[in-house]
This record gives sequence, structure tokens and C-alpha cells, in this order.
Amino acid sequence: MTDATLHGGHAAPRSLLATDARTRRRKAAETRFRLYGLTAVGLGLVALVFLMWSILGNGMGAFRQTYFEIPVELSEATLDKSGTRDPAVMKKVTTVGYGKILQKALEAELAARNIDTGTMKAKDVMGLLSKEAPADLRNMVLADPALVGQTITFEAFATSRVDGYFKGRVTMESAARDSNISPEQLAVAQKMADAGLITTQFNLGFLSMPDASELRPEAAGLGVAILGSAYMMFIVLLLALPIGVATSIYLEELAPKNKWTDMIEVNIANLAAVPSIVYGILALALFINFMGLPQSAPIVGGLVLTLMTLPTIIIATRAALKAVPPSIRDAALGVGASKMQAIFHHVLPLAMPGILTGTILGLARALGESAPLLLIGMVAFVKDFPAAPPEGLMQPATALPVQVYQWTQRSDPAFVERASGAIIVLLAFLLIMNAVAIILRRRFERRW
Amino acid sequence: MSVGLLSLIVLGLAVLGYLLGRQRALSAVKGDPRALHSLPSYYGASVALFTAVPALLVMVVWLFLQPTILETRTAALIPQENIAASGGNISLVMADVRRIAEGLDAVAARAGLDEAGIQAMRADLSDMRSRLAEVGVALGANVDPAVFEAAKTYRSLGNSLHSAMALVVLLAAALGFAFALWRISPQLRARNLVEQFIQVLLIASSLIAVATTFGIIASLVVESWHFFRLYPAGDFFFSTTWNPQFRGGSSLGLWPLVWGTLYVSFIALLVAAPIGLMAAIYLSEYAGPKMRATAKPLLEILAGIPSIVYGLFALVTVGPLLRDYFAQPLGLGDSSSSVMTAGVVMGIMLIPYVSSLSDDIINAVPQAMRDGSFGLGATQSETVKRVVLPAALPGIVGAVLLAASRAIGETMIVVMGAGAAAKLSLNPFEAMTTVTVKIVSQLTGDTEFASPETLVAFALGLTLFCFTLALNVLALVIVRKYREQYE
Repeated sequence: MTDATLHGGHAAPRSLLATDARTRRRKAAETRFRLYGLTAVGLGLVALVFLMWSILGNGMGAFRQTYFEIPVELSEATLDKSGTRDPAVMKKVTTVGYGKILQKALEAELAARNIDTGTMKAKDVMGLLSKEAPADLRNMVLADPALVGQTITFEAFATSRVDGYFKGRVTMESAARDSNISPEQLAVAQKMADAGLITTQFNLGFLSMPDASELRPEAAGLGVAILGSAYMMFIVLLLALPIGVATSIYLEELAPKNKWTDMIEVNIANLAAVPSIVYGILALALFINFMGLPQSAPIVGGLVLTLMTLPTIIIATRAALKAVPPSIRDAALGVGASKMQAIFHHVLPLAMPGILTGTILGLARALGESAPLLLIGMVAFVKDFPAAPPEGLMQPATALPVQVYQWTQRSDPAFVERASGAIIVLLAFLLIMNAVAIILRRRFERRW
Repeated sequence: MSVGLLSLIVLGLAVLGYLLGRQRALSAVKGDPRALHSLPSYYGASVALFTAVPALLVMVVWLFLQPTILETRTAALIPQENIAASGGNISLVMADVRRIAEGLDAVAARAGLDEAGIQAMRADLSDMRSRLAEVGVALGANVDPAVFEAAKTYRSLGNSLHSAMALVVLLAAALGFAFALWRISPQLRARNLVEQFIQVLLIASSLIAVATTFGIIASLVVESWHFFRLYPAGDFFFSTTWNPQFRGGSSLGLWPLVWGTLYVSFIALLVAAPIGLMAAIYLSEYAGPKMRATAKPLLEILAGIPSIVYGLFALVTVGPLLRDYFAQPLGLGDSSSSVMTAGVVMGIMLIPYVSSLSDDIINAVPQAMRDGSFGLGATQSETVKRVVLPAALPGIVGAVLLAASRAIGETMIVVMGAGAAAKLSLNPFEAMTTVTVKIVSQLTGDTEFASPETLVAFALGLTLFCFTLALNVLALVIVRKYREQYE
């Protein structure tokens, strides 16, 4: 170290106490880089919040429904001429007949409350009510014939437009451009609301009713979809859990390490990455085309989701089996257990929490899967509930995610609200399943 | 006898076998289990296994084979001129046969006919088409007598095959039951027997994964081969127009679809790769334990949300947003479904895939390398950029490739967000379509497996499968190679 090297060349003398330009630049780069990272994390979280906010904002409305509360006189003369109260005979009165009764009741109520309908035709007043309302009234009467002759307060669905008006989705301006509703009708609906004829309640029907046609979104529900999804999850659980556990036990505990087992392992890893739509093609070609199973049936959906879930369950189960320390196996073998006894009596019970956690997560994934179900015909419009298993497994049904897709394909904007509501239901199910998995893991997982 | 009932009977028999086998073993040694080779429950289990497993196996195999047998036997009954009349395609005629056969039961129930009544039905004497339509079976044309006869045979043959199956299954169960019960003696090594049996079952179930792969490849290849017999492979692989016509004469070029797929995936990776990578760097190098513990699981929620949710998000929120604030002001188009919409939403979905894999890989870089860099006076960001990232690069490339393979195979987001028009365009705000969208649109609805317009979906599926498989294998090889480097 000489002065020549210290002072020579370009470097000016500098103090450690004063930061020079280069250090400042490096520090600025450091802050910038840190900020990029923070921004990236923030962007991811913002996307999550935005997604949730948009779904919840669009979908919460589906859980509330606007009803008209109208006193309806169920006269014996029109509904049950024979006076026998026999549902088989009363079936002769069609929904058109009930529609007339409902219309009369509505007009009478409007007159009684001095609500001026102006120049509106009777048909337009009736147009405030859902087209489903007469059928509802009919089903109600047929289920309980004793109602005939009484005057009951009937809760009729409002049409999706009136419903949307009270939820803020439909405005007077949009109604003016809409062929299904006019501002005059909405004005009458507003007067009826002021007179207390309209209530908004929690819409239980959204969870229990079957799907409804394009023209009556207010009556569309998730009943069939929830049942169909439940059937499929049942099949997946019944098949994927035993097969997955058996496969993992073989590969993890018994299989010799050779080319053959290597191939099976690579195979499973690849299956986990095959796009879900390819499984749909497999189901279409194998289960429907070759084996002749019916389209849109929960059994086909359950089978294809089983094949999709298997790799997930196998990977989770193998991890759980691996986590059981070898000393457990050695101890069991040491006291004279056979290899199978050591596995089934000691290792498997200890691995069970991990296996169940993995299974529930696999089921949650299967519950949200829709692409393969589209290909096996689950997009069909299904209004009838499938029967109880096992016959019900062969009857047409839909699934929750597919129902969402189907509703988004319809033109009426009210179905977007329904679709978002269905997503909320789906996410609620997923949340419950994941919570159960986490609790299981926290509660039962042992660390050695 | 329905399949469900049959399996229930077999299972009931197995339970009975368990109890009887146990009983028989115990009574052979006068109730002293010490004189038995194995524990008494193993004797019971051996009977139960021998009863249930072969019988159920027979049933499954039978259910697989029955449709093929039915098909070939019935197809032989249809005269050549009928096949020629429907365009020389036997599968079209067979589809009619199946539907008529299914409708016959409903027709008989409606008319109150018995078995003989069904056999006596004649298509040339009564209007079968309207009678079938009444029970919900819609046919394109009047029922041809020969086809109707084939349908009757199909139905009766199917029924008799079904009863034969029940008989064979029950027989197999009974034989297994009797054999295993007869074999029980105190010297029988029941535990070894049961354990060997179980081991075979375990091996068999691990073969299901192999069978699934085989099934996927076989169904894709066979149906694609059917497609290429109807449609020249050269046109499929090299043509640049996609224009299916359901009356024939369509052009089914692969390229517009591949372009749409790659474009959407590219935009998705443009969103996911930088955000995911930076998030991973921040969470593994900068963030404190508290921040890490909250932000990481929250980001991973994004990976757990089903793709239909993202699809709806694209359709309802992102699409209109991009259209109103970007596409229309810039004059780039006014479609709410576009490559951009699908790409951005898919990118959001892929963030956690990139971030959690990169996170693992960054954490696997040895601390000594960072310490060395700090010791030379580098700042944290310089260490990350000059030391950690180069060391982790192969793994990060692998993570991005895995994300790319997800993007290419993703279906619901593009079905709902990208549009349906097959186009070769550079404008990201234009609606384009992808391979997966076209698989869905060609295979949903009324599918008749004879036209190239339907079968093309299988060729598309095969292309997709090969693409994603290649990407996955490449990614796994890279990741694995890298992991070994520092272990």
C-alpha cells in the first residue's frame, strides 16, 4: 500500500461517512428491487380480493328473492267441481286455470288498495308475476286439497325484472329498452311495494329447486346440481380412496425397486399433469361410446373424476406413509407381526390423518372440475331430480360447476346473478372441505 | 337383476362366508384357536375374499365386453342397403338401433304390452316413429323394418346377456364360497393365503393408473385414426383455416387453434411469470416470518379456486372492463371476450403455480452461496440477481414450463373468456379460440361419432396431450436435474 495506489488513477479521496453516488445508486436499486417484490405480492393479493369482491357482489343477490304477497281465494267452483277433494280429479285444472285465479286475485287486491294501473292491460299486470307462479299455486293446492274453499296468502315469485328492480339491477332506463318489462309495470310494482304487497326474503328455493327454463330465471335453483355433485363425490370417495390407498401401500411399502415400479411412478406423476379435458375425452370414448353408459349420468361423472383424483390421493397418501418413522415398522416386525400386519395394523392407522386430508383436498378439486363433465353431456337441461342411488346414479343430473357454465350461456342477465350465486355456494362447499382438512391435520397429525 | 342388487348379494354372501369360515375353523379345533395355523379371522377372510373378488371381477369384465358383443351380433343383421342408405356408415344405423331398443320398453309400458307383444310389433304395420316420439325418443326418419327387427334383437339379446351375467356372477360367487369353505382345515396357512391375495389386489389397483394412461392414449389414437381416414392429415396439420360445416365440406386446419392457444398462454405467462417470480423472491428473501405465513397461503388460495370461477370472473368482470377501458378507447375492437381477457385471468390463476415452485427452488439454493456474496459486499438484491437467480434458473424455467403446460390445457377460462372465432390475428383484443374450446364445442350437444367434424376433437385432444406431456416431461427433467445439483 503506497500513496501512489491510494491517490493515483481516477479515484478521488472519499470518506466512509459520506455516501457517494455509486453507493446511492446501489441502495436505490436495492429499494427498487424490494418494491418490485412487494408489488408482485400485492398484485397477487389484490387479484384475489378483486375476484372475491366481484363474485360476491354479483352473486349475493341470488340469495334474496322478491315475492308478491297476494290473498288468493281458492274457490271450489273452479278448482274442484266434484267436491271430492281428490287430487287425481283436481289435476284436470291446468296451470292456465290457476293463472286466471291468480290474475283475478291480483286485480282484486290492486283495486282494494286503490293502486292505479293506468292504461295497463291485465296481461301486463300479470306479467309482474313469474310464469312459474300458477304452477307453484297448483302444486300447493294439489299437495294439500283442504286449502280449496279458503282464502290464503300466496307468495308468488316476482319476475326476474321486478326482482332486479328492487335489487338495483334493473332501472327505469333499462326497462324502457327491455321488451320483457316496461317502466309503467315497474311503477305499478313500486306502488305495490309501498302498499306492502311485496316482500324480499331469503331465497331458500335457490338451494333446493331444480333448474328452470330460459324465461323464468327467478325460479331456477341449484337442487339438482347439488344432488348430482353429491352423487359424484360419493362415487369418487367410494372408488378413489380404496384404490388410491392400495396403490400407495404397494408402491411405498411392498414394491421392489425396479424398472416396472419406476414406470408406474412416472405414470402417476404424468397423470397428475394431464389436462382435465383429456379425461373428458377418455370418458366419452370409453364409458359412453364403448361401454354404453348413459350420457349426463352421475356414474360417468363420478368415474372420470375418480380417475382424475387418483393421482392427487396417491401422492398425498405416499407422503403420509413416508412420514411414519421406520421404527414403528421395525417394532411391529420385531414382535412377530407379518409385513401385512405391520402395515395394516400400525403404519396405516398412523398415516390415516394425512391420507384423509389428502383425500378431502382431492375431493375439493374434483368438486370444482367442470371441463370433463361438459364432454359427457352434463350440460343438458335437467329439471327432474334423479332418484335415490343406485338407480339415480344412472339418471341425468347436472353438477354445480356445470350449472354455473350453463347459466352463463343464457341471455337473460338475471342468470349471471344466479351463476355468481352458484359460485358462492360452490366456494362455500370448498371452504368447508378445506377447513375440515386443515382441522384434521392440526388435530390428528403427529410429528416424530 | 340390476348391477347394484347383484353386487349387494355378492357382498352379503361374502359376509356370510366370513362368519361361516371363522366358525368352521374354530369348530375344527373344538374352539381352541391355539391349534390353528392362523388367527380365526384369517380363515373367515379367506372365504370372504374368494367369494367376492372373482365374482365382482367377472361382473366388471362382463360389463366391459357386453356392449361390443351386442354391437357385432346386431350389426350382422342389418342388410347392406340400409347401411348404404345412411352414407355407408354402420355406426349411424347402430345409433338408431340403440335408441329404438331403449325406447321399446317405454313404448311397451305405455301400451301395456308384454314380452310377446313387443316381439309381435312391426315397423311396417304401425307408425313406430310417432309412437317412439311419444316416449321421448326422437328419430330423424321413419323406422325401417330391418332396422326395427335389429333393434328388437338388440333388446332381447341384451336382456338375455344381462340375465346370463347375473347367473355367471352368482355361480362364481357360490363356487368360490364352496371352494374356500371346503379348504378350511387347522393346517391351512390362512394368513399367508389372505396376505398373498391382498398383495395381488394391491398390485392390481396400482395398475389402474397404468390402465388409465393406456386408456387415454388408446382412445385418442383410435378415434384420431378414424378421423384421419375421413379427413386428410395434411390438411389438418398444414391448413390455416378452421371452418367446420355440419353438412360436410368443412376445412379443419389446426393452425388457427394452435395460434390462439399459444397467444393466450403467452399472455398468461407474461402476467404470471414476473409476478410469480418476484413474489417468490420477496417471500423467500425479504419477507419476515409473519408476512410469509400470511401471504403465502393467501396466494395459494388462487390455485385452489376452480377454473369455472375464473371463467365467470373473465366473462362478467374482466372482459367488459378491458373492453371499456382499453379495447374501445384504443380502437382495437369491441368484443368483451378476447385473447387479452382470457390471458390476464389465466395469468392470475397461474401466479401461485410459478411462485410456490420457484419458492421451493430458491430455498434450495445453499445459504453458503448467499453468505459468500454478502461477504464480498454485495447488497441483497445484487446477491439475488447475480448469485441466487442464476443458480436457481433451471428450476425456475421448469416452473414456468409447468405453468405453460397448465395454460395450454386450461379449458373453462378460455371457453368463457376467449371467444369462439378461429382467427390468425395479432390483435390481443380480438376474440380468438383455442384447441380446448374447440374440443368442447365439437363434442358437446348431439354427438354422432361418424363425421369428421366430431372426430376432429379427438385429433385435437391428441395434439393437446402430446404438447402438454412434452412440456411436463421437459420441465420435470430440468427440475430434477437441478435439485440433484445441490443435494
